Amino acid sequence: MTRGLGRSYGDSSLPPPGTFDVAGSVLADRILAFDPQTGVLLAESGLSLGALNQVFWPRGFASPVSTGTQYVTLGGMVAADVHGKNHHQVGTFGAHVRRLKLMLADGVVVWCSRQQKSDLFLATIGGMGLTGHILEVEVKLESIPSPWIWAESERIPDLDQFLKALKQAAEVWPFTVGWIDCLKRGRHMGRGILMRGRWATPDEAPDDPPPEKRRLTVPFELPSWVLNRLSARAFNVVYYGKHVRRQTRGIAHPETFFHPLDFVIDWNKVYGARGFTQYACVIPYGDDPRLVRDFLDLLTRLRVPSFLSVLKDFGAEGDGLLSFPKPGMSICLDIPVRRNTAEVVATLDDFLISCGGRIYLAKDAFTTAERFRVMEPRLADWLDVRQKWDPHQRLASAQSVRLFGDGQ
Amino acid sequence: MKVALIGATRGMGRALARLMANRGDRLCLLGRDLEDLERSARDLEVRGSEGVVATALCDLEQFETFAPALATARSALEGLDCVVVTAGIFRSQDELEADTELALQLLQVNFSQTVAFCELARKTLLEGGGGTLCVFSSVAGERGRKPVAIYGAAKAGLSRYLEALDHKYRAAGLVTVCVKPGFVKTSMTAGLDPPPFAGEPVAVARQVLRAIDRGTPEVYVPGIWRWIMCVIRLLPRFVMRRIGF
Repeated sequence: MTRGLGRSYGDSSLPPPGTFDVAGSVLADRILAFDPQTGVLLAESGLSLGALNQVFWPRGFASPVSTGTQYVTLGGMVAADVHGKNHHQVGTFGAHVRRLKLMLADGVVVWCSRQQKSDLFLATIGGMGLTGHILEVEVKLESIPSPWIWAESERIPDLDQFLKALKQAAEVWPFTVGWIDCLKRGRHMGRGILMRGRWATPDEAPDDPPPEKRRLTVPFELPSWVLNRLSARAFNVVYYGKHVRRQTRGIAHPETFFHPLDFVIDWNKVYGARGFTQYACVIPYGDDPRLVRDFLDLLTRLRVPSFLSVLKDFGAEGDGLLSFPKPGMSICLDIPVRRNTAEVVATLDDFLISCGGRIYLAKDAFTTAERFRVMEPRLADWLDVRQKWDPHQRLASAQSVRLFGDGQ
Repeated sequence: MKVALIGATRGMGRALARLMANRGDRLCLLGRDLEDLERSARDLEVRGSEGVVATALCDLEQFETFAPALATARSALEGLDCVVVTAGIFRSQDELEADTELALQLLQVNFSQTVAFCELARKTLLEGGGGTLCVFSSVAGERGRKPVAIYGAAKAGLSRYLEALDHKYRAAGLVTVCVKPGFVKTSMTAGLDPPPFAGEPVAVARQVLRAIDRGTPEVYVPGIWRWIMCVIRLLPRFVMRRIGF
């Protein structure tokens, strides 16, 4: 299979156990065509989101969907059908993709789209790179009034208000996201910071395009014990507390707004040699905040030490056969890997199964095949399409072996 | 600036061409795969190069393609200020020792054919009143080293030639820039384990572009390799014989 910049937190871009070959796409990063009238871009799949933005922000265009890190490739964005802070308005990245050039498992190169070989196209959107090597991506960029962001953020004291505020913000603002403190229980459960934003108008924005940001690096891995419940709690208190004023607003650098994690390049080293896993799920809570509250309750009961967790309300489900987002509340948290991590994930998965939620394959490393099958009723359809285009499962990843039983 | 580049569809050449396109230089790409040249040309046009990026067939293994390619570049760009050579072959010492024919091919492409191309580029630039010839050699040519005995020999010869060219023609208006990359992460080095101080193509390209603009005759990229090679050059023979570097 093909691997891009390797930012999936789990095993989706790793080769199956016992094999060592993955193709790398990052050297295939050329822009092949761009139409400034329509904003349609055709590029090789290794072009990174960061490089795309550097080229197109000054020209009045942006990727229709921006992920939490800019170190992702177009191919990876298609394979994971990524979403961003504007999911409630524009859907996933796949919704904006027009055509894909794939190299199938047997080496044949084909084009596919919603009109042509649509089964293959829709199985590839969110198909974790298992339907073919994504060679080229044609996507419609968003036209933007300026390359700067008008951002506002607000402190919210508890969960009910948080869910309400997210919903309200979503009606007006194109970009919304929340950071909550998962370790707070009782009255302050779910307190956090709500961020909303939009592209700045030309009169608000500075005259110059956003400069390239300086980045910090973590020179070495911190020992695993550094991150524990106490330090995570302290971090969360500081993060919440430093937002002294209830509300702040102003012009923000788009990289700071979209890609806060990229400021520190090797931030994963903070978790030490054992690393961490991310648990990203969507809870279809309808209008009943109790489900979200129950989930947070479960987290605190499991004593998961987690940094700030990200909360985002999703809009409609996309047409990718295995696409992650669906209406509901998505919660994303980092869990340092410990001896009991598999059990923690299993407990959280059982909760999702009970309420009809699902996990995000790009982040998952611990879910079991049995639980995934129950959680994902769409899997059978996807497997049928893949069977048609790659009957021998020649394209496989560590994740597809673990979750879909490839090669067994 | 009007620039012809050979080898700019990949690696450091690609990164350098993008920087030039981004600031609005006029470019012509030379190479042996027309389809690949066209893909790179479209990439550079979107990134801001002035006008259409021209392409011309030029194969470092075939001398007869050199003069027509340079002539095409000069007429397409309506003049020529700079010629950049990043093309070349890399093979491991083991492969070259196992296949002498391959070794001969590498020596010809990386040394004699490249020098012949530079000779024609020199004449073309001087006919137009002068300009800059920027050629990628390597730190591998600085010292006789076990892992790059043959590749390094070709690059050593190339570096000497470029040094002399700069001495001889600078007064006449031809500036020669000899770039000596250490390990840089490109398609050429894909699959090799990057040593400490391995460079990224974009950072390297920035340094090279500065050297071209200033007319610096010799530039080590990334910069730290100047000091590494300074030490390597001073090592006595008996030490070089013992170490694997």
